Amino acid sequence: MENPYLPYPVRIDDIVVETEDKNLKTFKFVFLNPEDEEKFAYTPGQFAELSVPGKGEIPIGIASSPTEKGHVTFTVNKVGLVTTHLHNMKEGDVMGIRGPLGNWYPWEEMEGKNIVIVGGGFAFTTLRSSIVYALHPDNRPKFKDIIVVYGARSPGMLLYKDELAEWEKRDDIHMHITVDATDDPDWKYNTGFVPAVTEQKVTSSENAIAIVCGPPVMIRFTQPVLEKLGFPPERIILSLENRMKCGIGMCGRCNLGDQYVCKDGPVFSLAKLKNLPPEY
Amino acid sequence: MANKVFSKDAWLEALGGLKEHYRVFLPLKDGDFFTYKPIEEAKKIHFDYDNTRLSPKGLIFPQSERMFEFSLDTQDPEANILKEAPKDDSPRAIVGVRPCDAHAVGLVRRNFDNPEYRDPWWVKHVEAATYVGLGCNAPCATCFCKSVGGGPFNEEGLDAMMVDLGDRFLVRALTEKGEEFLSRVQGGEAADEEVLKEARELAQKVTDEMPDTVPTGRLKDLPVMALFEAPFWEEVAFACLNCGTCNYLCPTCWCFDIQDEVYKTEGIRLRNWDSCMFPLFTLHGSGHNPRDQKFQRVRQRFMHKLKYYVDKYGDGVQCSGCGRCVQFCPVNIDIRRVCGLMDAYEPGA
Repeated sequence: MENPYLPYPVRIDDIVVETEDKNLKTFKFVFLNPEDEEKFAYTPGQFAELSVPGKGEIPIGIASSPTEKGHVTFTVNKVGLVTTHLHNMKEGDVMGIRGPLGNWYPWEEMEGKNIVIVGGGFAFTTLRSSIVYALHPDNRPKFKDIIVVYGARSPGMLLYKDELAEWEKRDDIHMHITVDATDDPDWKYNTGFVPAVTEQKVTSSENAIAIVCGPPVMIRFTQPVLEKLGFPPERIILSLENRMKCGIGMCGRCNLGDQYVCKDGPVFSLAKLKNLPPEY
Repeated sequence: MANKVFSKDAWLEALGGLKEHYRVFLPLKDGDFFTYKPIEEAKKIHFDYDNTRLSPKGLIFPQSERMFEFSLDTQDPEANILKEAPKDDSPRAIVGVRPCDAHAVGLVRRNFDNPEYRDPWWVKHVEAATYVGLGCNAPCATCFCKSVGGGPFNEEGLDAMMVDLGDRFLVRALTEKGEEFLSRVQGGEAADEEVLKEARELAQKVTDEMPDTVPTGRLKDLPVMALFEAPFWEEVAFACLNCGTCNYLCPTCWCFDIQDEVYKTEGIRLRNWDSCMFPLFTLHGSGHNPRDQKFQRVRQRFMHKLKYYVDKYGDGVQCSGCGRCVQFCPVNIDIRRVCGLMDAYEPGA
């Protein structure tokens, strides 16, 4: 019997400090047993449990795309016991990852449609995975326009700055990067909160699906903007976070009604969420 | 299936002879209550308890269970790699199980053994177990198994069933495991039709006389959000201390926590029973807590058992009517009353 609690052993291959407050780091992991990489076949939107032996496990969205072979990456905010310990670990250290877990963004449904991606702060991780995946030459023809609104508090708090700059240059993706405020005279992108920039830059909901991932306050104010644009709740897709332990719908803490965020989510349509207790 | 009748003395002696085939667990008197213990610890066996204080769920889902072991020794080439903790899954016989507690195993199975994932420890522990039940000749005032799909002589989840006939026990095999168990029990005589009839009539009488007091029929059709937003939750939760007694005593509560513990360079990952009554159960790393108020946690427990479970599996409530939470709640919160409130709720009325 497969043991769904047993993590795959991995080695930390690379660590990148993402933000100016140094609270967000991206960890690139390599599987110690190469055959585990195949077993860890994932789709953008899924998450995994990062397992630091002696400290515990944390559920984190997968930031790499399945089109990127040989490694898997996660961007981790330092908040508690496990994440703080992880932030102190070094390249070469061995730990575990367990997954992939949960569902994913509705890729099949998005085929032939415009994709509107709205992200805020450090919730951009699975959106990065999604953008890299959708821009891959094998996948790009499947989708129409890809429009991205991504905001952070300040320029130094944006994740994946090099990639953002590269995506800005491309003409097969429309990037709208914004910061809440900045005194940087060289800042060449938008200033303003994500909901406001979404209202300005996203002009149509026609044949489009919106994926929204960010802090609760951003989600709360983006939702009416999208609804005003004409997105029905079925085409507004959200990714939730709840406290988790098992990640496979057994330990019982992340439920919204009869749904587990870990197993039946983390991706839910707004239509589905409207019929579930709002305990997230 | 085989049936045997034993004089009470012969039955106790026969149980003592099972050691080479099974690890035998049964309710033993422990202070002023009964608890499941290995037969080796028995000074005297009485099959005269109402029920045990803790349900037998801990025998297959231990209150604290090792999952993995690992080394943190930097010299160890296998450091930081988790290994499954060794387990004793040799056959175990759990004897004297009340039908409600056996019924609960099936309710919990849906969580631990489903088409998507199988919990290896729970599944193997259950596979190793033979459940030998004891029919209830005198259900307690707090028992309501009959209202939730069970009954004082319900056989679901049992491999064999003991019926107390005064000076004798009738033991009936109900499954292959039960058949094997009975074949290994020394002594006894094959039951004749007269004994079987006596047992049937007893079961029928006790079942008929037991009141069916808890309505559950409307739960599945009531809209989940209407029940969630129903006005009675604050009142239901008012006296609750969030002590978690109900969770720990409940044979169908399965929630658990996972923790790592380290001594020097040796570590273990273990899981422990958890409780939805505790704020930490759902506290996010950010400090946000989706159930930070007491009434929300109380509501979660009842809604999970009496609505979410009903909706998810479409086959009744996640409660076997053992009545432990009713008996031992320090502030007298009564699931039977809450179930009645929910079942009678008229949204918008």
